[in-house]
Amino acid sequence: MQLPFIYEINIESTEMTLPQNNSLAIEATNLNIYYGTFRAVKDVSLKIPQNKVTALIGPSGCGKSTLIRSFNRMNELVPGSHLKGEILFRGENIYAQTVDPVEVRRKIGMVFQKPNPFPKSIYENVAWGAKLNGFKSELGYPNMDEWVEQCLRKAALWDEVKDKLDQSGLSLSGGQQQRLCIARTIAIQPEIILMDEPASALDPIATLKIEELMRELVEEYTIIVVTHNMHQAARVSDYTAFLTMDEDRSGVLVEYGQTNQIFTNPRDSRTEGYITGRYG
Amino acid sequence: MNPINTRETFDNQLSHLSQEVLSLGKMAEIAIRQSMQALQQADRGIARQSIRNDLEINKKRYALENNCVTLIATQQPMGRDVRFLTAILEIITELERIADYAKGVSKVTIRMSEKNSSITIMTHLQEMAEMGLSMLERSLEAFMRRDTESARSIPLDDDQVDHLYNQVAMELTNMVIKDPGTVQTAQYLMWAAHNLERLADRVTNICERVVYVNTGEMLEFDQMEDE
Repeated sequence: MQLPFIYEINIESTEMTLPQNNSLAIEATNLNIYYGTFRAVKDVSLKIPQNKVTALIGPSGCGKSTLIRSFNRMNELVPGSHLKGEILFRGENIYAQTVDPVEVRRKIGMVFQKPNPFPKSIYENVAWGAKLNGFKSELGYPNMDEWVEQCLRKAALWDEVKDKLDQSGLSLSGGQQQRLCIARTIAIQPEIILMDEPASALDPIATLKIEELMRELVEEYTIIVVTHNMHQAARVSDYTAFLTMDEDRSGVLVEYGQTNQIFTNPRDSRTEGYITGRYG
Repeated sequence: MNPINTRETFDNQLSHLSQEVLSLGKMAEIAIRQSMQALQQADRGIARQSIRNDLEINKKRYALENNCVTLIATQQPMGRDVRFLTAILEIITELERIADYAKGVSKVTIRMSEKNSSITIMTHLQEMAEMGLSMLERSLEAFMRRDTESARSIPLDDDQVDHLYNQVAMELTNMVIKDPGTVQTAQYLMWAAHNLERLADRVTNICERVVYVNTGEMLEFDQMEDE
């Protein structure tokens, strides 16, 4: 039956808009990641937009941590792992033989689930990486003190630590330690920050601070976050990718789209089942 | 002891809420029927009772709204669940408004000084009410059965209600032309007709929400023929 009197309201939140090629930070194409003979990630292609937060969600074992670690070649550190497909960063495959993985990790930093500050002072935690990567005064910060302050400010930690910069980073609370790790990552001036469950070990207040920080940092950096907390993904991310396991337990990408669409009107029944707690 | 299945508990809460929405719909339907009975019989007693009953309907609507808010806060729903709960918030508002239209019709009965003699007009008003109530009943059935197709087709019947409304308006105009002394009665009956016409519009809104729950599509069934 024709219903000519119906018209659709154009609602941005339900529109399926994927990132465009001209604004991509990093792009995975036909990615397959193996641990020995086991394929942990299967045929994943994903375009991550610049200056956006992209969340990777999915049940345990779906390969989301493996996937995020492949974005800065951290997965290579696992014995027996290898990868097929390519990951393009600035138009270059980061797995090409000519590419130095250390340089990749400088441009694509990582924050882990458990805060892991060095057993050094708060100041040294931030300054260390910058020194190692050849901190240059011509960046606009005439000395390291100012750079450390700038990084701690960006990590929303400065006001809490400015009077105790010489104290151990390990003396801080869990949430503060995590922000210190973020400051340390920023100090190396990455373009992309990978976050693997960055708030799962933190209480709700500390979690909120990390989430707020992510929204501030995305003005300057691209953020990819793995989270088990779907509401966190819904709160902080612009795009969400849902992964699950297929019949041979390999991680597959089920659905990728704007976060609002994924959490209110997913296209795939597996996504719907997962986000409503009926599956996974 | 069996472990508590939180998803099952939530499903039961949603199912209970659906039944309560249906129950509110029934109350709105009874309110319209009661107000029409009062109008047809020029019975101010029934009209006053109908107005008093509206308090119960309002109370139930707020209780359901509170249930929805509690579930949204405690379950943090997503996907279809969040569409379902936000749709219920809209649907219960529409049902409460429908009950308000019953109150409007009852007020007409209380204010009219005499029984209206035009059988044709009263028949057409009754037809409008029946048509609107049929739409209401079917829309709530569609809601319960997740029947998107019905939800899309029910609003088509609004044209018939609009047609009857225009007919009543014309008949009332003729009545006043023939006998200018009936002008106040005509005004009151026009008010009653307007309330019944709006009832069908509210049902259309309910149908939009049913489609939204089932598909995620935000549709508007255009009721403004002249636009």
